[in-house]
Amino acid sequence: MTIEAMTLLTAAIIFGICGAGTAVAFGNLGGKLIEGSARQPELAPMLQTQFFLVAAFVDVISIIGVGIVFLFIFANPFIG
Amino acid sequence: MAEAHSEVAYASSTEYVSHHLGFLTYGKVDGHWGFAHSPEEAAQMGFWALNVDTMLISLLLGIGFMAFYFLVSRKMTAGVPGPVQNFIELLAEFVIESVEGAFFAKNKFIAPLALTTFSWIFLMNTMDLVPVDWIPMFAQLVTGDSHLYFKAVPTTDINITLGFAVAVFLMVIYYSIKIKGVGGFAGGFLMYPFPKWYLAPLNLLIELPGFLAKPVSLALRLYGNMFAGEVIFLVIALLGYYQLPLHFAWAVFHILVIALQAYLFMMLTIVYLNQAHQVDH
Repeated sequence: MTIEAMTLLTAAIIFGICGAGTAVAFGNLGGKLIEGSARQPELAPMLQTQFFLVAAFVDVISIIGVGIVFLFIFANPFIG
Repeated sequence: MAEAHSEVAYASSTEYVSHHLGFLTYGKVDGHWGFAHSPEEAAQMGFWALNVDTMLISLLLGIGFMAFYFLVSRKMTAGVPGPVQNFIELLAEFVIESVEGAFFAKNKFIAPLALTTFSWIFLMNTMDLVPVDWIPMFAQLVTGDSHLYFKAVPTTDINITLGFAVAVFLMVIYYSIKIKGVGGFAGGFLMYPFPKWYLAPLNLLIELPGFLAKPVSLALRLYGNMFAGEVIFLVIALLGYYQLPLHFAWAVFHILVIALQAYLFMMLTIVYLNQAHQVDH
């Protein structure tokens, strides 16, 4: 397999796993936010702040992964 | 469209994207100082390479918003406020509310710090919404060098985001030592979560990576989000005239990311500094 093909395959795997991980996490997070604000609507603004804060922790690894994927695809350090 | 308008004919889409991801780097190469003409030359410059484009735009934006705030604060009135003062008050109130919600110690430095962080990072992120070829083409026109590298969004340069994160990290260390003393600061690493002296190495092993991961994750979150967004803009720019609706759609989505990342950077700065101010732990 050429380096290009390997890189694309790797990029697809990284992207897929990043997407799957964050999807599960954000599903849980958003569901719990709605649940929480349905139970106590007066706490909704506070919960939303916390939601965004936790969302930052959730998406950091996957966004780093996506950044690396873009680096691999468009400015591949292994070629040349 | 990008290829049609630019003076440089790009050999491939990869070259177009990687050219737009290159920095205008100033440094010493082959024994004399000058701008790098290729990524290889920029890599040769080593430590003393300076990304002129990032510095220029970030400093311009920083000085710009500082001057704007200063001018507005000079004309502040207690009577009927104008639209500009209203806007600034709205912004300041939003930041103050965020600080009050997440920072429970007493420190007059935190709210101005949060406002500065938020405004500056928001403005630097907003450079992403300027069409990707405008600023590089303008720079090429001014300098007359048709193969000039110019990266317009400062937060897609990891040096900027790491610089912010390290500054926050140093402030966390400073306030930790100021509030808890050197002993209290070290005790946080050595006596937590297991308060036994013979478990201190284990405690250090548990606590230290989390502490060091703070600035790294803070920097990489902002950088990763902005870099990924920028690359998608660049890829869309390769599509010819069909790029216009796609650009619009992605820009609308990206406004959310821009504001959210600036807000998150501010919030995490406040939260980390709040942890530094907490005595029990």
